[in-house]
Amino acid sequence: MTTVQVSFTPLPAHVRTARLIAVAVARRSGVDESLLDEVRLAVGEACSRAVEAHREQYPGEPVRVAFDSHDGRFEIEVANAGLVAPSGSGPASDPVAGAAAAPGFSLAVIAGLADDVRISESPAGTRVTMSWPLSGSLAAGSPA
Amino acid sequence: MALEGPVELKLDHYNKDGIEIVDVGGEIDVYTAPRLRELLIELVTQGHYRLVVNMEKVEFLDSTGLGVLVGGLKRVRAHDGSLDLVCTQERILKIFRITGLTKVFGIYETVDKAIEERKSER
Repeated sequence: MTTVQVSFTPLPAHVRTARLIAVAVARRSGVDESLLDEVRLAVGEACSRAVEAHREQYPGEPVRVAFDSHDGRFEIEVANAGLVAPSGSGPASDPVAGAAAAPGFSLAVIAGLADDVRISESPAGTRVTMSWPLSGSLAAGSPA
Repeated sequence: MALEGPVELKLDHYNKDGIEIVDVGGEIDVYTAPRLRELLIELVTQGHYRLVVNMEKVEFLDSTGLGVLVGGLKRVRAHDGSLDLVCTQERILKIFRITGLTKVFGIYETVDKAIEERKSER
């Protein structure tokens, strides 16, 4: 059952907002405190790439983020129109920075932070789904 | 000279022992990273090829920020220079480890240790 959904205009300024919401929802859902930095970073990476994808091709389309907890896991899905690896402008595609600025680099970062990462591409766009385990008592549904 | 900036990122720089120290505070992400990038480019343009970026007050760093730091490193190396980092925060060091960039950057515990290391190489 989806608990929280957020959509935002694809502007870099809103990526921080998505990070803050992600950590708040993750904490409320029962993700261990020790994992919240990873959640924050992973969501930031996914949203940053989504914003870059929209900036070029779909500036009027919002980036959508859904937070869900089920089966002992907290799951986040970041959905954007277009492909994961756009040819964008700005520091993310700084030719001097090279590999570290490449869009695939951020996916490598996400893979290093979440033990379950799935990327699906379709004509409708791209979805990056990642999840973390829920800690015991809150995962069982007891009041926070 | 202290540079004021939005709440999310604060930048300051000063010279110490011939090395330009860049103090960074706040969050380095897709929104704020361009300001750090512009500062590093400006410093290199001004002829500062030995840089130390102090990240002890950085609260967040993502791959966009890493890209800016790598870009800065490449720019100074084109002039035989150096760009070292000061960072002891595990939450920030983590992304360097995940990406393997701990092997690329000199990362030190204090500004003085970073300066000492560079001076000993001259």
